[in-house]
Amino acid sequence: MIRFLLLFSRQGKLRLQRWFTAISEREKKKIIRDMTTMVLARQPRSCNFLHWKDLKVIYKRYASLYFCLAIDNQENELIALEVIQRYVELLDKYFGNVCELDIIFNFEKAYFILDEFLIGGEIQETSKQMVNRAIEASDMLQETMEEYMSKPAF
Amino acid sequence: MSDVVEKTLTALPSLLSLDSHSGATKLSSTSKLGNLIRGITELTSKHEEEKLVQRELVSIKEQVSSPNTSMRQMKELMVRAIYCEMLGYETSFSYIHAIKLAQQGTALEKRVGYLAVSLFLNESHELLLLLVNTVLKDLQSTNLIEVCMALTVVGQMFPKDMIPAILPLVEEKLNHPKEIIRRKAVLALYKFYLIAPNQVQHIHNKFRKALCDKDPGVMAASLHIYLQMIQDNPEGYKDLTASFVTILKQVVGGKLPMDFNYHSVPAPWLQIQLLRILSFLGKNDQSSSEIIYEVLDESLRRAEINHNITYAILYECVKCIYTIHPKSELLEKAAKCIGNFVLSPKMNLKYLGLKALTYVVQQDPKLALQHQMTIIECLDHPDLIIKRETLELLFRITNAQNVTVIVEKMLEFLRVNKDDYTTIDLVGKVAELAEKYAPDNEWFIETMSTVFSVGGDVMQPDIPNSFLKLLSEGFDSVEEDRKLRLFAVDSYVSLLQGEPGKLPQRFLQVISWVLGEYSYLSEELEAATVLRLLAKLLDMKSTSSETKSWVLVAMTKLCEGGAGVSVAQEVCETYSSSLDTVLRQRAQELQHLSQDCELRARVLPRDAGLEPLEVDSSLSFLDGFVSEALAAGAAPYKPPHQRQEELAQSKALSLEPYGLSLPISMSSCSIADRQSPTLLSVSSGLSGDSPDLSHKGGSTTLKLDGVKRVWGREGYLSQREPVEESAHVEVPSPLRSPSQQGEAESSHSQTPATTPTPQPEQEKQQLASSLFVGLGSHSSVCLMGKSEPTTQRFRRKAKGPVSPSAASEQISNSLVSTPSTANDLLCNNLLDSSVTSELSVSSPEQTSQLSQGPAAANGTCDVELTDGDVKESSPSLVGGNSVVAADPAPHEDPDRPEGLCLNTHLPAELSGLCHSEITPLCSNQSLDLSACHVQKEDSLALVVFIYNSSDSDIQQILLELDSDELEVSCVCDSAVQGARSHSVAVCQYSLTVKRPSVHVEVVGMVSYQFPVGTPQSVQFSYKLPLTGFIRPLTVSTEEYGTMWLDFSHDTKQKLTLISDGQEPLADTLNVLKKKLQLHVVEIIGMEGIVACRLLRDQPCLMHCRLHAGTLSVWLRSPVPDLPDCLMYHCQRALQEH
Repeated sequence: MIRFLLLFSRQGKLRLQRWFTAISEREKKKIIRDMTTMVLARQPRSCNFLHWKDLKVIYKRYASLYFCLAIDNQENELIALEVIQRYVELLDKYFGNVCELDIIFNFEKAYFILDEFLIGGEIQETSKQMVNRAIEASDMLQETMEEYMSKPAF
Repeated sequence: MSDVVEKTLTALPSLLSLDSHSGATKLSSTSKLGNLIRGITELTSKHEEEKLVQRELVSIKEQVSSPNTSMRQMKELMVRAIYCEMLGYETSFSYIHAIKLAQQGTALEKRVGYLAVSLFLNESHELLLLLVNTVLKDLQSTNLIEVCMALTVVGQMFPKDMIPAILPLVEEKLNHPKEIIRRKAVLALYKFYLIAPNQVQHIHNKFRKALCDKDPGVMAASLHIYLQMIQDNPEGYKDLTASFVTILKQVVGGKLPMDFNYHSVPAPWLQIQLLRILSFLGKNDQSSSEIIYEVLDESLRRAEINHNITYAILYECVKCIYTIHPKSELLEKAAKCIGNFVLSPKMNLKYLGLKALTYVVQQDPKLALQHQMTIIECLDHPDLIIKRETLELLFRITNAQNVTVIVEKMLEFLRVNKDDYTTIDLVGKVAELAEKYAPDNEWFIETMSTVFSVGGDVMQPDIPNSFLKLLSEGFDSVEEDRKLRLFAVDSYVSLLQGEPGKLPQRFLQVISWVLGEYSYLSEELEAATVLRLLAKLLDMKSTSSETKSWVLVAMTKLCEGGAGVSVAQEVCETYSSSLDTVLRQRAQELQHLSQDCELRARVLPRDAGLEPLEVDSSLSFLDGFVSEALAAGAAPYKPPHQRQEELAQSKALSLEPYGLSLPISMSSCSIADRQSPTLLSVSSGLSGDSPDLSHKGGSTTLKLDGVKRVWGREGYLSQREPVEESAHVEVPSPLRSPSQQGEAESSHSQTPATTPTPQPEQEKQQLASSLFVGLGSHSSVCLMGKSEPTTQRFRRKAKGPVSPSAASEQISNSLVSTPSTANDLLCNNLLDSSVTSELSVSSPEQTSQLSQGPAAANGTCDVELTDGDVKESSPSLVGGNSVVAADPAPHEDPDRPEGLCLNTHLPAELSGLCHSEITPLCSNQSLDLSACHVQKEDSLALVVFIYNSSDSDIQQILLELDSDELEVSCVCDSAVQGARSHSVAVCQYSLTVKRPSVHVEVVGMVSYQFPVGTPQSVQFSYKLPLTGFIRPLTVSTEEYGTMWLDFSHDTKQKLTLISDGQEPLADTLNVLKKKLQLHVVEIIGMEGIVACRLLRDQPCLMHCRLHAGTLSVWLRSPVPDLPDCLMYHCQRALQEH
């Protein structure tokens, strides 16, 4: 099971956080601090897995953004790495050539996508089309409304 | 989805009426968040950011609480609040508004509301209860999107107590026509299962329905639940094994819609999930495993694209293959897979390869040997994670011979490691290895000192505890105990003379205990000196009061003589008025005992640590006192829980019982608080241990609780009962002579870090040989599967193997000093390592190479098969060499022809008998020693060939053999005097077994002299399995029956059955018969009886029975240990089959 997912920039600024187990605010802050220092200190070309207490931390860097995932010990590290990859693909598909700024300014969208992909720390849907369809269905609603409202008809 | 959109469109007018500002607000709001983000990114200091965000929060707070704020604005405000929260600011004021938004907003706003709730709150947050109604409403909504949102939030988090409220609704959704709803419902149920498994017990059959859902997404979601349930109780779901296999087959075969492909691999997540489920189902279950084999094979075959995701699947397959009941073909493929991982240039794969190796190395040590050079490289890898994983792997293959090198590597890592969690873990491992395999006293004490200084105060408390226990209990030899303790004292004194301020508290406690207990052992050390050193500790600011009380106790044991007493008095003055009651108590004890020598000698007799500490936990010494008290009218004692119960029951009648119970509790109090502490400390003093030992019995009886309260802290051995002491970790019983120890020292310095060798390759090779030494024998222990005692017994007896390594080091040292070509050096090193390591690597072609030689020459016979260890020792040199860029020819040349020609030197009377392969023992520039053993009817003949490779004759060759387990007698006519240049001298010895052991070993020394020059000597050892001494015993079934009852030593175990043929029992017994030379007496139905003897007159009987696919074996013999050893060989023989 995935315990948490963090996105942070190269400067250590948190961009997204999703906690799949109940953790106190204090503990969260500590974990975020630990993760950023640990991951940012990694040399390039070293392996993408780390140990943190009894958890395994899987991280991957995309341009200036680090994706960092903590999983249970018996879980498969490589597939966790692909979870990150798949999430990035989903973001990419939604935003179209996603960059850090997309996620900064539309972080709630990034959360919505994540929630269609992972639920309670497990993969919900592995089919890219399905996730997108779900997002689009919700978005369509939004866009229709926005279109409707931006019309200066009344 | 179009219907949804339609519905929403119809709702739009009402939406708009709510939102009076319409489009203009929307634009400004987006820019509001944008402005905030931009504003923050433009700032340079943290302080400025804080000011800006606080300002922002104030305005958000104002707006959210204003009644005029529309839901639409609220949504925008929530997004901003989420952002601020992410930056680490407190936004708890907005939580309730998030819930309100989820409740009152329309679709869009609701969504943000739910998101905010799921980000702000966690399962245990009380506000979450307010969400339950909203969720209930949305679950019943006709709007699909609302249902989806509700299910999503339920799957993320939901208060445990409220599950029953929504459970029926969620269950209902399992039948929903839309697959996305069904899927989310299944995931919500999964969440429920995780947080409250018994709440969803009644709907297990609905899970099955989900598993059979026509939509693969729903089916995949149900696997989460199944994985969890099967992990908790694999027995309950065995019937599903075939279904999971079928699903996996379909997935692997590409039967799912293309939609589920990921990088053209079909549904990898699904595959991995299924593989994990299957490995739980197949674990320890042969029949289930058999169903799984085929699909595993298929998965391995299909996963061939070179992409991360296929490696993920492969890795899971490998894990599964090693978890379920083993199948050799699959194991082979899995091993190959692991090889690919380990050798991969990609760090991630290398890491996983190492991890997989760690996982399988106990089952399959050969794998570690194959990859030894990679492992060595990883050991010095710049990436600490890889390094750490390598150490983990090495930890699993540690044995008595490579322990020094491995521990050195671990300590090296510990010194640079910063992470506490890793330190705790690794320190524990080092301590474990040190206790198990320490080669000598000095090493043990030094290693433990490093452990204590590095592990400091974070390490597990049982490390110092068991160390002290070990010191105080000692082992077999009194002299060795003395040496060990003396060495500890000496090294601790020098530590205290250095900078004790830097040492961690725990270490100081250990030091003071050891000094208090054993410093009298050192003759040149005066008690007063130690006392002063200890007193210095008391003065240090950093010393904790716990440590101080340890120090005071140590001083109490030591204070004698004028100087000592005066130091003690000084200390007493300071601490007898200490505010800390424990310290005060200790100081008082010190004061009294330092003045009264006689009392001190009685209370703290010297070296009484060996005496078993008897804690009278029944407190029988108080009997007199108790009966007096009873006679005087006191009420009988009641334990506190009883008292409390009674108190609770009689609360209503408080007055009367209260008056009565008061004196009772006072009397029991007086026993607990006043009397027992003194009595106990005296009793502990009598047994001569640290007062802390008196807490040993603390947990058993109530009255001792009083003691704890008085002392105010836990005793350091509080959790251990004296009874348990016999089952304690065993310790190195250093058997080696001082000279050998000296050589061991030199072998320490052979690690690459300290030996500057010109060739890095050779350095690695050396490291490899020191790391992987003895792996074969170690693995064989692990192959036994379990039984720690066997391991330890084995180890004790196999103590010898340390000395051969010392011997070979000696030789290689001498080689370094003489000018020789690099090739020679390498070759000799390899030879050495092969002798020392007895590695049992044998790749098929290597074995065939060898069997061409000696086996063909002397006619193959069954015996050769049994002597796996002996025979396979040379292949390891091939295996090691293949990694190095050295030419394989040079080592084979001196080796093979020699083996061939040595055959002709075999004594004539032995030439007709089966003999083992001739194994090189050791060699230097003038001598090559080889040996083989020959099975005779009532003994085993050991033939040693001494080949003089020098150009001059050797005189006065003297061969001395010795063994712990064997009786060695020289066959008189074979005494050798000398060997001419380039000729062979042969010595023959007859071996019989004194004491059975899994492997027996002969240690020997050849001393010789050249016509000119000083006498020289070479040491060697020859190890052979016990099977060489086993002979068939021909008895009838009746005789067997009478013998069976007479024998007292027995052992039982389940062995794997050879089940390829029609008659598994007969097949299995035949294999044993062939490999171990047993005599099959009779096979009756499901049972079989077998007999053998150890040489002439030590019978061993075996009774086998087929039981549930395994062979229950019962061995009996009049000889102790023989059944265990034989069981081991049976197991091994069957596994090798």
